[in-house]
Amino acid sequence: MYLALLISPLLGAIFSGFLGFALGGKGSSIIATCSVLFSFLCSLVAFYEVGFCGDTCHITLFSWTSSSLFNINWGFLYDPVTCVMLIVVTSISTLVHLYSTSYMDSDPHLSRFVSYLSFFTFFMLILVTGDNFMQLFLGWEGVGVSSYLLINFWFTRIQANKSAIKAMVVNRVGDFGLALGIALIFYTFKTLDYTVIFASAPYFCTQDFYFPFLGFQVSRIDLIGFLLFIGSMGKSAQIGLHTWLPDAMEGPTPVSALIHAATMVTAGVFLIVRCSPLFELMNWASNFVILIGALTAFFAASTGLVQNDLKRVIAYSTCSQLGYMIFSCGLSNYSAAFFHLTNHAFFKALLFLGAGAIIHSISDEQDMRRMGSFVRNSPYVYSCMTLGSLALMGFPYLSGFYSKDVIIETSYNSFFVDASFSFVLGLLAAFCTAFYSFRLSYLTFLNKPAGFKHTFSNFHETSSTMVFVLSVLCVGSMFSGFVLKDIFVGMGSDFWSNSIYLDPNHRVPFTDYEYIPTSIKLIPIFCGLSGASLSTLFLHFYFNKKIPQEFINSFEGSIYFKLYKLVVNFLGERWYFDKVYNNFVAKPLLNFGYYVSLNTLDKGAIEIVGPYGASYIVPRISKQLSILQSGYIYDYASKVLLGLVLVTLPTGFVYTLLMIW
Amino acid sequence: MISADISTVLPEILLAVYAMIALVAGVYTGKDKVAPTILFLTAAVMVVLAAMIGLSGGGTTSAFNGAFIDDGFARFAKVTILLAAAAVLVMSKDYMLRRDLLRFEYPVLVALASVGMMMMVSAGDLMSLYMGLELQSLSLYVVASLRRDSAKSTEAGLKYFVLGALSSGMLLYGASLTYGFAGTTVFSGIISSVGEDGMSMGLLFGLIFLITGFAFKVSAVPFHMWTPDVYEGSPTPVTAFFATAPKMAAMGLFARVMFDAFGTSTAEWGQVIALLSLLSMFLGAVAAIGQTNIKRLMAYSSIAHMGYALMGLASGTEQGVEAMLLYMAIYVTMSVGTFAFILSMEKDGQPVTDIASLNMLSKSHLPKALALLVLMFSLAGVPPMVGFFGKLAVLQAAVEAGYGWLALAGVVASVIGAFYYLRIVYYMFFGDEDKAGIDGTMSPVLWVFLMGSAAIMVVGMVNLFGVDGLAAAAAQTLVN
Amino acid sequence: MTVADLAFYFFAIVAVVAALLVVVARNPVHSVLWLILTFLSAAGMFVLMGAEFVAMLLVIVYVGAVAVLFLFVVMMLDVDFAELRAGMAKYVPIAGLIGVVILMQLTMVFGSWHMADGAEAARAAVTPDAAEVHNTKALGQLIYDQYIYLFQAAGLILLVAMIGAIVLTLRHRTYVKRQDVLAQMYRDPASALELKDIKPGQGL
Repeated sequence: MYLALLISPLLGAIFSGFLGFALGGKGSSIIATCSVLFSFLCSLVAFYEVGFCGDTCHITLFSWTSSSLFNINWGFLYDPVTCVMLIVVTSISTLVHLYSTSYMDSDPHLSRFVSYLSFFTFFMLILVTGDNFMQLFLGWEGVGVSSYLLINFWFTRIQANKSAIKAMVVNRVGDFGLALGIALIFYTFKTLDYTVIFASAPYFCTQDFYFPFLGFQVSRIDLIGFLLFIGSMGKSAQIGLHTWLPDAMEGPTPVSALIHAATMVTAGVFLIVRCSPLFELMNWASNFVILIGALTAFFAASTGLVQNDLKRVIAYSTCSQLGYMIFSCGLSNYSAAFFHLTNHAFFKALLFLGAGAIIHSISDEQDMRRMGSFVRNSPYVYSCMTLGSLALMGFPYLSGFYSKDVIIETSYNSFFVDASFSFVLGLLAAFCTAFYSFRLSYLTFLNKPAGFKHTFSNFHETSSTMVFVLSVLCVGSMFSGFVLKDIFVGMGSDFWSNSIYLDPNHRVPFTDYEYIPTSIKLIPIFCGLSGASLSTLFLHFYFNKKIPQEFINSFEGSIYFKLYKLVVNFLGERWYFDKVYNNFVAKPLLNFGYYVSLNTLDKGAIEIVGPYGASYIVPRISKQLSILQSGYIYDYASKVLLGLVLVTLPTGFVYTLLMIW
Repeated sequence: MISADISTVLPEILLAVYAMIALVAGVYTGKDKVAPTILFLTAAVMVVLAAMIGLSGGGTTSAFNGAFIDDGFARFAKVTILLAAAAVLVMSKDYMLRRDLLRFEYPVLVALASVGMMMMVSAGDLMSLYMGLELQSLSLYVVASLRRDSAKSTEAGLKYFVLGALSSGMLLYGASLTYGFAGTTVFSGIISSVGEDGMSMGLLFGLIFLITGFAFKVSAVPFHMWTPDVYEGSPTPVTAFFATAPKMAAMGLFARVMFDAFGTSTAEWGQVIALLSLLSMFLGAVAAIGQTNIKRLMAYSSIAHMGYALMGLASGTEQGVEAMLLYMAIYVTMSVGTFAFILSMEKDGQPVTDIASLNMLSKSHLPKALALLVLMFSLAGVPPMVGFFGKLAVLQAAVEAGYGWLALAGVVASVIGAFYYLRIVYYMFFGDEDKAGIDGTMSPVLWVFLMGSAAIMVVGMVNLFGVDGLAAAAAQTLVN
Repeated sequence: MTVADLAFYFFAIVAVVAALLVVVARNPVHSVLWLILTFLSAAGMFVLMGAEFVAMLLVIVYVGAVAVLFLFVVMMLDVDFAELRAGMAKYVPIAGLIGVVILMQLTMVFGSWHMADGAEAARAAVTPDAAEVHNTKALGQLIYDQYIYLFQAAGLILLVAMIGAIVLTLRHRTYVKRQDVLAQMYRDPASALELKDIKPGQGL
């Protein structure tokens, strides 16, 4: 069963991909959906066995490669962390398969699409189930490829091509870090098996195992963690390597929901949680993790405030939520991070699929400024989206409330500067989250119609399949937090057993947050509520012209207006990340590639030394040589003698030197 | 003692006696009318002798006070020589008959040249070496100018003769220096006279002059000048003969002298031969590019190939000799096939040698074009073909022996050289259709040789027909 | 200095000078004559070394036959050697350079010349003791016994030379009338004569 749940999506992908021409779009999607559904059912059993019965399952199949010390087996480790991921991946994947069947029904390449989706699911399962870093890396790259293929699904669109390439290239940076980290792990531990590495990690934490890096003597464990975290940053779109994620929204919306919200982007979080025995032993690297996570949470949320593309807002929201998870990991609160990961998967998939339903209904218009009043057209989708937004902003008793608040409370309760930093940024991000969520809802659903007439006249009803999927996700978003809270982060829960390691010397044990003052506990909720109400009120006043004209005039005349424009520009330009990257990294590199690598080397020096030069010079030498061939005997004879001299001269010379010496 | 000696040199005696009988028989019967009969008979005798030598037991025997050595190395070379000579004889019949060149002396001279070659590879003494060399050379001079009414053919013979005499002079000078130092002409005596502290200056110069003479015979640069002119001027069957058996013989002689007489100083001659090898490979590759005459092209091709074979010799190891023998055997086979095709190149009944006449051969004669393609790929050393394995063997031997730079240069030269082989393929398959090509008729004999050679180049990649094993055994008897 | 020494130096100097003159003489006939002088000096040196047989062979075969034959050829063919040498001037500098370099190298070789330890013994071992055997007989023993293989090979070479000369030069001229002795002998009146009865005054 454990293997069947792995192989089933692969079979689905192969069948729907290679036999798609025979099965047709409908047939393919049924097969693929069923295969993933089967996988989901198996995962449920596995979740029960491993998570609740505490029966960790470890399967070693056969040797993958064996080269002296370098032995890799095909092994699968099913521990609670894996099983939670299994549930998340297969459930969301099943729903997205189902949703795609309806969403993409008019696309002639539906079978290819679902094949890619199943293919992705397979690699995601490989990633989470592997019992060594090599298999993790295989899955890691596999999902990267699937992501590329799916972003580029409509490959005739230049924007999709560009986004897919961007996703691939930016992820290269992260993957390079991960690969280096894995190499360093092998260098240090001489193995890539999780069990061996985690068991022996404390030994390598001592003074003797330092490693020169950039001129510093660095603890190897720290360096390994740092490099692995670079990998996480790439996959989980943390600040600096996040630029691909908003652009990846060029892909079909189900892809955004599955890969770029619920599953693949959480692989980075999964990696950190999986490597908790290593991260627990780190010193400065965990500060780095907290810093990056907190910054991402705030940065993405603030950027989301001013985005106008429906999907991009949600993408930045994803980015921001991933930041929460990451800094929670940095604070050693792995279970909370995982809890948030699970909840986030549900409500973010709900948001994306809801947005997809809207986009689908109005023929692929994504700009929120051209929407409005859809509450009348599709009230069901509106309620789903609002529910998702509320869950996202942490409205009490919805799923986000449980997990996000835990994270923020932990950060309050860790008595370190970096934790306080993350606490403040987390609160700000929570405020922004609520703000943009309600801005999204208002602009899309509540505002007066702002689009073209045909947008509304051609509005078609959301199909029942989509409605079904949204309903399931709504249930998940509402109850997953409440149901799973005690299991995942409850006091004394032994759900995670050994899969998450906490070092008592490292950070404060995580249950302390239960005992912080109620006033502090209310702050995040207050932030959320104030953000939501502020945004709604402001937009309502603005669009209904309730703001006094003289106030606007005086504001536009004041110095604050300049500041306002500056801030909005800054956020609107996404903190200038893309601009800086393009101008200072991408362009110089491309220029280097074009002028130096291509023009000067490949088409220049190498051609001159190589083919072109040879084809130019060799016939000329050949001509010269045929002039030597005069045809006269005495000429030949003199050349023979010349040759004799040529041969004897060096020999005699060298020999004489030797004799003298 | 004399009977033992005679039984050792029996194949040579048999061939010489046969040649004389054939000569007399030819004179007293129909003269040139019986030439085809004598030709086939000669080829048959050669094949029989090759079988006799090849199947005779192993072991090393020497005769006539060490002047003649019969060992595995000599036998390998002799079998190759005799089979190549027989093949060339059989191939040449039609061509020579049609051009009224088939004198009955031709097979006799080829037989006597073969005797000379067999003496060369078996030489154990500087004197017998020279006797064999002159016997071979003199016969070759004559057959080169066999078409005595053609200025080109006589010019080829004369050039070959004069330059050959010059090289013989240098060889003799080297031999006398060697004799002066060692006091003996027997190889075993020479090798034992080289002291602990290496070679003396006199012996070294003797060695270099000897190498010069041999280099002329194998047409290594810079002693190659005669090759293109002689190849072009001689009747094509004679060119085919030049490109095959004498090359093997000269290479065998070269190796024989280097190892038997100077085997203790591989470093000294290795350097010189490496230089010759380098120059040959590059000149052969580069100069051939400008050629449009396929016979001249094959001349430069043979120069380049001798460069590769010399690379094996330069290594100075058993592996090197093995590679050299293997390379030569493969090269001879390829040459036979290629010349079988060149012999059939005719336009309106007249022989043509311009490679442009191969235009679009694939349209009219696909099997022949394919066979020639295989041969050209093999000559160029394109991997799956047998020619590649020969090159690989010599390169490996060179690398093993510390001549990495030479091997690298060899690879570069082979890339340059691939150009002109592939150009022929280009003409055949993608050439200009408007230009009229060759007639494409081919006698069954030539067809068999062409196809057989091409088939060997393809099928041989399985196990090289075990020739590598034979070459290894032969090399072992020479280097010890 | 004994007479033998004086004779050696005389013959040696004459041989070298004559050889030089063979090359540089303008008239080919003179060249051949100088060549004969070189041979004769060499024969003299052979006599000094006690090899009378070889000396006589040289005089009889080379001087008496080969050189004289050569002289006839040169005289009869009227070859203009000056014309043949016309292109040589161009090559004199390079040839001179090569010559000088090779000369220098050979000087170097002979400057440091020494023989292998066993060379003298090895050289002597081949030939029979000169005190016991007459040198003609010794020569015979070497050629027909020890070096029979080489001797026979030399014979083959000469055979090839002969064949070659014939192949390359012999032409059957069909327009030349040849004598056929057998045909002459077997010719009888019956086949050679035809009797005709001719009437007077008519003619054939």
